[in-house]
Amino acid sequence: MNFAPILPEIILTIGAIVLMMVAAFLGKRGSSLCSWASVALLLGAVATLGGEPQHGGVLFGGQLVADGFGAFGKLVIYLCAAVAIVMAHNWFERDFEHAAEYPVLVLLAAVGMSVMVSSTSLVTLYVGVELNSLAAYVLASYRRTDDRSAEAGLKYFVLGALASGIMLYGISLLYGFTGTVQFDGVAAAFMRDGTESIGLLFGLVFLLAGLAFKISAVPFHMWTPDVYEGAPTPVTAFFASAPKVAAVLLGVRVCLDALGPAMDAWRQIMTFAALASIFLGAIAAYGQTNIKRLLAYSSINNVGFALIGLVAGGPQGASSVLFYMAVYVVMTLGAFLCVQRMKGEDGEYVEAIDSLAGLSQTRPGLAFALAIFMFSLAGIPPMFGFWPKLMVFNAAVSEGLIALAVAGILGTVIGAYYYLRIVKVMYFDAPAGQPYARGVNALETAMIFVFAVIVSPLGYLLIGPLGELTGRAAGSIF
Amino acid sequence: MLTGIPILSILVALPLVAAIIAMFQSANGARWTALIATLVSLALGVLLWIDFDPSGPQWQFVESFPIGGGISWAMGIDGIALLLIELTLFLMPICIGASWRAIEKRVPEYMAAFLLMQSLMIGVFTAQDLLLFYIFFEGGLIPMYLIIGIWGGAERIKASYKFFLYTLAGSVLMLIAMLVMIWVSGTTSIPELMAYDFAPSLQWWLWLAFFASFAVKMPMWPVHTWLPDAHVQAPTAGSVILAGVLLKMGGYGFIRFSLPMFPEASNEFIPFVYILSGIAVVVTSLIALAQHDMKKLIAYSSVAHMAFVTFGLFAFNQQGIEGAMIVMLSHGLVSGALFLCVGVIYDRLHTREISRYGGLADNMPKYALLFMVFTMASVGLPGTSGFVGEFLSLVGTYAVSSWAGIVATTGIILGAAYMLYLYWRICYGKLVHADAAAMKDLDAREMWLLAPIAAAVMWMGVYPESFMRPMRADIGRLLERVERAKPAGDAHLTAGKPAPAPAAHAETPVAEAH
Repeated sequence: MNFAPILPEIILTIGAIVLMMVAAFLGKRGSSLCSWASVALLLGAVATLGGEPQHGGVLFGGQLVADGFGAFGKLVIYLCAAVAIVMAHNWFERDFEHAAEYPVLVLLAAVGMSVMVSSTSLVTLYVGVELNSLAAYVLASYRRTDDRSAEAGLKYFVLGALASGIMLYGISLLYGFTGTVQFDGVAAAFMRDGTESIGLLFGLVFLLAGLAFKISAVPFHMWTPDVYEGAPTPVTAFFASAPKVAAVLLGVRVCLDALGPAMDAWRQIMTFAALASIFLGAIAAYGQTNIKRLLAYSSINNVGFALIGLVAGGPQGASSVLFYMAVYVVMTLGAFLCVQRMKGEDGEYVEAIDSLAGLSQTRPGLAFALAIFMFSLAGIPPMFGFWPKLMVFNAAVSEGLIALAVAGILGTVIGAYYYLRIVKVMYFDAPAGQPYARGVNALETAMIFVFAVIVSPLGYLLIGPLGELTGRAAGSIF
Repeated sequence: MLTGIPILSILVALPLVAAIIAMFQSANGARWTALIATLVSLALGVLLWIDFDPSGPQWQFVESFPIGGGISWAMGIDGIALLLIELTLFLMPICIGASWRAIEKRVPEYMAAFLLMQSLMIGVFTAQDLLLFYIFFEGGLIPMYLIIGIWGGAERIKASYKFFLYTLAGSVLMLIAMLVMIWVSGTTSIPELMAYDFAPSLQWWLWLAFFASFAVKMPMWPVHTWLPDAHVQAPTAGSVILAGVLLKMGGYGFIRFSLPMFPEASNEFIPFVYILSGIAVVVTSLIALAQHDMKKLIAYSSVAHMAFVTFGLFAFNQQGIEGAMIVMLSHGLVSGALFLCVGVIYDRLHTREISRYGGLADNMPKYALLFMVFTMASVGLPGTSGFVGEFLSLVGTYAVSSWAGIVATTGIILGAAYMLYLYWRICYGKLVHADAAAMKDLDAREMWLLAPIAAAVMWMGVYPESFMRPMRADIGRLLERVERAKPAGDAHLTAGKPAPAPAAHAETPVAEAH
């Protein structure tokens, strides 16, 4: 048995188990050790992605595949997880009782997501989703003494379990009507029977409904604002980045690979989900007063744009989705890093948008960075956030889906309003209330700086290399 | 002289670098940085003009550097772009000078926003890649949003949102149209697209998408409503840039994209454009007549003047298009100067209410003189730049449609009415308000701001050839391109049959030669 293609997963799994022991024996004292060791493990896993994990091919009798698509997903996921751990290291109070277990859970979630992006069978797909979700439920309620965090965890769990059930039901239908759980087998069955078969069609719908929950696409988005608001900020940042990438990539693989021959069937569903997410994400964000809720709607909105690339399909569409998600996580992590700086002198975290008033005068650097992230999330050129939007629209136009592109781009105008509102509060309003405490963590400041540079117009220099990377990754599933 | 130097990239990069430097300086440091940067840019602009060869190739100072992903840093200018770049570079130092004392809070950020604005505006006029053009075109929204929102008047927030969302909504459809064009033609290069023949049925949609963007930017009636708000709320220099350069992007878009890329569709939409322009001329002029706020009056006059541009452009003939270009340049100077004139007295009395002034000719003679020059230029008095542009544009329009020509000409009469009425209320009569009577005349700084514009306005009025020469060849190429879609026109001009000259008359010079 050749284990080299799953080396990253092995590193992370063994590392997570060892660190769990360390955390158990050292308790709170082990929090720094566990955090940095986890970051090192994630970076180590990234380093191994180059060879076998990219070219290993189909493994374990068709359960997993080691290809460029999965490797690209893992690259993004591991880096997001590492950022989430670094963010959390300072967020939890020094004496927080379970600070040491947090990185372990993130590692386990990362393993689950690795399985998601490289699964080629409905069973491994489900195992990956659940491994990620179980870790995520615990993470959401990590501050168990905080009512909002506990509520977030419970809501996430109840709704997530329901979605998992729906997905599993869809999988069982597909298995029952095709006789296989392998993606290629399912594809062959769809090729043979088409969507005439009502069983296959139901299986497809339920499977996609479950996936839509994981990527928080409308109409399965309702958990997102509550969970994002209640969960600790680093956890929210993590939820908004890595699991989203994993679930979107999984959706791409399922739709283009397993359900490829049924494109007409899922295209309608995904078109609806894309447009509904864009518009609901944009409109519902209007009334929000909490920045984390606002960013939750922003993530719903952004997933809608990524889905436009999926609807377009083909190598170009798939590569535009990968590009979109890669840039999206940079913007969203950057925004959450800024949100984490919203902290009063007394050490209490503030989440009200009003408290940002006049930030450009009290903390010009932070305001400037957040403004860049906001303009970028809105997709206003010359910020780099414009380019991935352009790519998904280009993919849609190349497939002749011009009406979809027009509808999507009108959504950006509606969405621009609430991103502008943040800029308005920071730049146009006079300072109100007490200013935030100064951030002292140099590493976080450096990350904000680097992310802001990436999404600034300088990011356009990345178009070449990143475009080639996503192009190759997307090519590997066709 | 400039061969081998990426002069256009330098013109884009220089203000950008200066903007970054300005952000980290004190208020005075930022002012000087901005002034020096804009003056150096202006000097480079003069070199560019000298070095531009009107009889040379269509695209000069060409640079191209692929960025990847189908977009490239492609730059190059023709005579049309050259003149608009010169307009931008000329107005920028004046804007910085106009903000020297008027802006007191957050000066480094203000100067940085203006320099960024300059960089993006130059980018719009130099970009030769479709997507690069879009990035510059839309990018200008961010600094202008900040300029209006941070340093604007009491209603600044509403005005800044309106400006941003209105123009964004107009432009996004253009992006989709651009993607369709790239998909169909397989190129992002603007020069190549200008020679590409799209199917007429497709042109129709593409034209509409581009029109949505340029009509908002221009602005044309009825999508002009963001403009009065933005002008009234923006600081003086913001209004100057908005009226002077940003509005020209709409006209530039028509001349660069709509006409050469979609000639058939442009022809088909002539009645549509002419009806909107005709309504704009009459309606906005009448609205201007009823204004109590100086800036609002000039803002509405801008909409009316821009209608001359659309009239001229869609005439499809030499006079019309040259006239439209001259109106754009002239309006850039004149409306900019008028906003500065408003700014001069606003800085003293802090009101834009027309009735709070009156009789300023008595205590501010220099101001009254310069204001008179710009008023006359706006009216289109012969000898000023306004006359040349409006006359040519009307000649061109008349050749296509007599009715359009007649309606457009009423704009001149109405324009004279509202501008002279404005001038009368501000400068003539008795000094009824004590505070207005106590205002000092122009100081040296203000003279330095207004006098160069007055000189340029006169120059363009007396010897427009300087400005027409660089663009004549390019307008010729444009006409060649749209020739096949040229409207027949209702003027039916025929060459006259002059009687042969009397023999004696012809011999006279011969006799003299003896």
